[in-house]
Amino acid sequence: MGKIFSIAQNTFRETIRDRVFYSLLFFALILIALSMILGNLTLTKPIKIIHDFGLGSISIAGTLIAIFVGIGMLYKEMDKRTIYTILSKPIHRWQFLIGKYLGLGLTISVEVVVMSLIVFLLSFYYVPEIPLKLFFAIVPIFFELMLILAFSFLFSSFSSSFLSGMFTLSIFVIGHFTSDLKMLAQGTDNVIFQKLSIFLFYFLPNLEALNFKPEVVHNLAISYEKLFFSIIYAISYTIVVLLIAIFIFNRRDIK
Amino acid sequence: MSIKNAVEIQNLSKSFKTGLKKRFQALNNLSLTIKENEIFGYLGANGTGKTTTFKLMLGLIFPDTGDIKFWGVSFQDVKTRANIGYLPENPYFYSYLTGQESLNFTASMFDMKSNIKKERINEMLDLVNLQHAKDIQLRKYSRGMLQRLGIAQALVHDPKLLILDEPMSGLDPMGRKDMRNIILSCKDQGKTVLFSSHIISDVEMICDRASILSNGVLKKIITVDDIMDRDSNGWEITFKGNADTIESINSKNENFILKQLSAKDIFLLKAIDKKIAFEILNIIQKQGAELLSFVPLRISLEEIYIATTLKKDQ
Ligand SMILES: Nc1ncnc2c1ncn2[C@@H]1O[C@H](COP(=O)(O)OP(=O)(O)OP(=O)(O)O)[C@@H](O)[C@H]1O
Ligand SMILES: [Mg+2]
Repeated sequence: MGKIFSIAQNTFRETIRDRVFYSLLFFALILIALSMILGNLTLTKPIKIIHDFGLGSISIAGTLIAIFVGIGMLYKEMDKRTIYTILSKPIHRWQFLIGKYLGLGLTISVEVVVMSLIVFLLSFYYVPEIPLKLFFAIVPIFFELMLILAFSFLFSSFSSSFLSGMFTLSIFVIGHFTSDLKMLAQGTDNVIFQKLSIFLFYFLPNLEALNFKPEVVHNLAISYEKLFFSIIYAISYTIVVLLIAIFIFNRRDIK
Repeated sequence: MSIKNAVEIQNLSKSFKTGLKKRFQALNNLSLTIKENEIFGYLGANGTGKTTTFKLMLGLIFPDTGDIKFWGVSFQDVKTRANIGYLPENPYFYSYLTGQESLNFTASMFDMKSNIKKERINEMLDLVNLQHAKDIQLRKYSRGMLQRLGIAQALVHDPKLLILDEPMSGLDPMGRKDMRNIILSCKDQGKTVLFSSHIISDVEMICDRASILSNGVLKKIITVDDIMDRDSNGWEITFKGNADTIESINSKNENFILKQLSAKDIFLLKAIDKKIAFEILNIIQKQGAELLSFVPLRISLEEIYIATTLKKDQ
């Protein structure tokens, strides 16, 4: 456990000392500033725009960060050959991978907390009360990011960094449309399309299940049961993806 | 006490995928044993599989066939690595860490108590002469400083076996001397050292045994002391003498070659047989002639190396 912790701590330290971390945070800030401008321009209540755009920014910036650091971690270790000095020590490869995952997970948590704080402050500026309901959207977004991070580990355990990035991004995009695709496919006569959409629906993660933005922004009732099961779903999926990543990484030559 | 084997490599083969259907055989059926407490030089030209062998030993890559055992335990058990200190070829470390942080991180991969850890890190910084740079980020280290840090991280947990991939590369003459001394002192502490190198004189100077690898095949194992002892190439004597000396030597009428060098009274004598060489030495001393040098003509490791490497594969 101590070894995993050391790797996690060191990974976190790396991202904090890395400039990429701050540039992505900067990107999130721009998105949020944009929401302010839009909020002032539109006729609807600006607070809704702030919440909608703010949550969207957390999700998109968070996803990009997750993909970026997730793909970067193995690639950098291999490219700079720092991995030789670590994996030649008495640690299992799964310990290395889990340590890395926890370290980057912590990085993403920090990013999510910082971005959330900014959205909260903005919201407070327009309506002087703390919008606690936003948590109902932010928490599932966080678990979605952890799942995306796991996918980026899985893909980079066997493919190049460019392909891994593409694959993970596809998972994000398709993951938000699987249920739409299935519905669309049921309306057509195309058997192949139907089969494919069913395959995607059952094997790829249904990320829409973790999207509670509409409920939160439009003050609709939130099913706690649905929230709970969505989170359990995300955690289980994450564990399975990480196990597959470990399975592949264990057999791989470190060249 | 019988001599134990630190490393046993049995029928090790490794190929790499180089194309859709093509594979490159980097190591071919390699078997090698390294005894406990010996310094073993692993020689071979560029691209003959030295680094590949080391990576296999540390489980970084996996063999097609064969096994490697450390004190009887297979490399597949990660615990074997608790006894191994490894210096990779051109070692790289996290550049955002300082020297001390980096050693601390390395040490945390072993089960060490924190007070012992601190002490060891401090000792290592002294050993490799990096105490002055311990708070500098590694991105600002020079190539040789990184190599020194590499040795420190390989030794921090006091391993029984050291595997060093070209430990001398990137070091200045002083650094090379330090490295040789570190390796020798490791032997004194009972450790076993396996290292690859292109600098044959270093190997000749400190190794007990050496092997020569050529295109993934182990060609030869040499006991370095043997070639140092051997007088098969004869002996060479130079001396300052007069006609009397020459006469008494010639009267022996044995198998040797005597030559007068350009300086009139200096002579060079080559004898094949050790006994004759010593008899002549005796005469020179009895005659009161001045002995200038008396050296065995031995084959150098370099000659063996070149002869072995040049031989075309059958
Ligand atoms: N990942 C790889 N894929 C394909 N070929 C490889 C790979 N790694 C090594 N090789 C090949 O295996 C051979 C042995 O390489 P290795 O690095 O072990 O050589 P070496 O003896 O350490 O050489 P050097 O003295 O230059 O360090 C080389 O011909 C190299 O091209
Ligand atoms: Mg090499």
